[in-house]
Amino acid sequence: MNMNLLITNARVIDPSQELDAKLDLLIEDGLIARIDKRIKASIETIDAGGLILAPGLIDLHTHLREPGQEHKETIATGTRAAVAGGYTAVCAMANTLPPNDERAVTEMIIAESRRNGACRVYPIGAVSKGLNGEALAELADLRAAGCVGVSDDGKPVWNAQLMRRALEYCTMLGIPVIAHEEDANLSDGGVMHEGYFSTLLGLGGIPAASEETLVARDVILARMTGAHVHIAHLSTAGAVDSVRQARAAGVHVTCEVTPHHIALGDESVQSFSTNLKMNPPLRSAAHRQALIAGIADGTVDAIATDHAPHHFDEKNVEFDIAPFGVIGLETAFPVCYDRLVRAGVIGIDRLIDLMSCGPARIFNLPGGTLRPGAPGDVTLLDPDAPFKVAATFQSKASNSPFVGQALRGRAMTTIVGGAIRYDIRAPKRKTKK
Amino acid sequence: MRTSTSALKSKDLLGIEPLLPEEIDLILDTAEGFKEVSERPVKKVPALRGQLVINLFMEASTRTRVSFEIAEKRLSADTLNFTASGSSVEKGETLIDTAENLVAMHPDMIVIRAKHPGAPKMLADRLPNVSIINAGDGSHEHPTQALLDAFTIRERLGRLAGVNVSIIGDIAHSRVVRSNIHLLTKMKANVTVAAPPTLIPAEVEKMGVRVVHSLDEAVEGADVIMMLRIQLERQGKLSFPSLREYYNTFGLTPERLRRANSEAIIMHPGPMNRGVEIASDVADDPRRSVILEQVTNGVAVRMAVLYLIGGAHNVE
Repeated sequence: MNMNLLITNARVIDPSQELDAKLDLLIEDGLIARIDKRIKASIETIDAGGLILAPGLIDLHTHLREPGQEHKETIATGTRAAVAGGYTAVCAMANTLPPNDERAVTEMIIAESRRNGACRVYPIGAVSKGLNGEALAELADLRAAGCVGVSDDGKPVWNAQLMRRALEYCTMLGIPVIAHEEDANLSDGGVMHEGYFSTLLGLGGIPAASEETLVARDVILARMTGAHVHIAHLSTAGAVDSVRQARAAGVHVTCEVTPHHIALGDESVQSFSTNLKMNPPLRSAAHRQALIAGIADGTVDAIATDHAPHHFDEKNVEFDIAPFGVIGLETAFPVCYDRLVRAGVIGIDRLIDLMSCGPARIFNLPGGTLRPGAPGDVTLLDPDAPFKVAATFQSKASNSPFVGQALRGRAMTTIVGGAIRYDIRAPKRKTKK
Repeated sequence: MRTSTSALKSKDLLGIEPLLPEEIDLILDTAEGFKEVSERPVKKVPALRGQLVINLFMEASTRTRVSFEIAEKRLSADTLNFTASGSSVEKGETLIDTAENLVAMHPDMIVIRAKHPGAPKMLADRLPNVSIINAGDGSHEHPTQALLDAFTIRERLGRLAGVNVSIIGDIAHSRVVRSNIHLLTKMKANVTVAAPPTLIPAEVEKMGVRVVHSLDEAVEGADVIMMLRIQLERQGKLSFPSLREYYNTFGLTPERLRRANSEAIIMHPGPMNRGVEIASDVADDPRRSVILEQVTNGVAVRMAVLYLIGGAHNVE
């Protein structure tokens, strides 16, 4: 692995230091050493050819499925998908088999990602033992083993007392509790957003209130405990409002939105394609607009993929009985660039903030900046490159709702700790010694 | 004046939603011709001779399955009945695998009753060489039921346009109501749906119907009163408190029927729960009730659908 690398001729955009300029960047011993005009060094050099150089993208919400469901994805294939999408780090959700509710599982994930991972992997521990929502997992031990947050994601923490205790306990550990917000009674039997299209299709509805009631509860618990609650995959207008108001009142609440909730609406479910089935579900236009408004006004801290790989066979059934979840690592940047930057909602600097600096800031992760001393994790982005989403992916799975779409903008080169882990320009790259 | 058509546009009948008004007219007109076949001493025409129709019923059904089978036999098709119980479905075979195996034996049409919405569309998307006819998919659509209802209304009242149709019962979970709303609004009838708010699905008014929560309001001025079955298993599960209370508020009795137009007809897609959504005096009223006529007409309408889909398929 080459830990020294010079990248020349780049448009360096680093929102963490409000930088947007034509510069060179030097990585030494795997760390950012210097950003400057015309750096000279006799080491491996990449000519960026004017592409955007950004701090590496960081995904706060990835399901790597290992251990236990390696037929869907592994740490090796999931991280290959990550670097293909420009990500240099992913947070691995705890709902594996067995779940990441004890140190041994955390250590296994870290060891395997060091052995076979293409990017950095930050494990998320479980809130409760066995994700059962009954007793706290050994949160301090999980933290000590390397977990950067805790979550029972996939299901809500339905017991308000358990949520309160988890929040209180995590103030001692300095990590967020990541909340999957869903009232399981309200969403019972639901497979898509409850509204006109669920009525039209005769499919069970998941009302917006199922998310909004739990967001409201957890904002109140965060205020009570002074803890940091991070709302995962926010999908409704009411939830955006709750977060906005709580933030204004000084509550430590952060949130993420997925690319598919920005780009797609519940009307698309009319195709009955199981690659449009995820939880929370695709919402109606008014909810999507509220998410986009939350992105524009700064309420939303991060874009996270909720990359949820499933095997072809599992999705090749009727909509009702297919598992929830879609993959997203390889399409996140193109989709967001298309729907947010090209559409004029935000600038490229804000998108980089949402996909890199913001995630690092709110979870207190290394990276998300090009300041000297930071990890040498950078991504080269081409905003004009055409990107037709093919049916096959670096991910083991192909359950993407974007297959066949013609997008523009993509990650060209992904560098982790100074090592090139993905480079679609490889044949044309000029390397000099 | 609507343009007329002599063929259906699609090889499949997945629902009423995709149909054009002239296609609905075509099916109903064709059914009129077929109704007479069932009244002959020899109740058979050779229209689908040599064609194989598989009735793939993944869910319990009496009326629809029998009606389709009779329609197929009267058109001289070869028929095969396949039900989920006793098949490889019980061994865990998926619907798509089951269907692909059946298609490998070259049927011309598959009539499918599915538990899950969208299952007929899934098969139609995957199986280009066979026609799929939806015989009811979950709470989504039941197109032949809506067609036979329309046929019955047209036969009794002479028209569909401008007719006031009130549909009363479990609107939320009914495939019959969805197909009927699509059909009746396309044909310019006025549709009212009535139920407690807990049995009305979200934003149903966007489908072009009036929503009321009173049986009297629904019956007032109606030309057609269509009662839906209340699924007994929903009782006490948050949809409504008890069958007793349901009958007291939404059960159709002779007294409450007095507000309807004097010529109003009573319909029910079956199976009926007497004393739950409808009193026997109403269900059996020889002047108003057309419930058994619906069943009779079902055969003619299904013959028309099979003929138009299978016949067109044959010509190609």
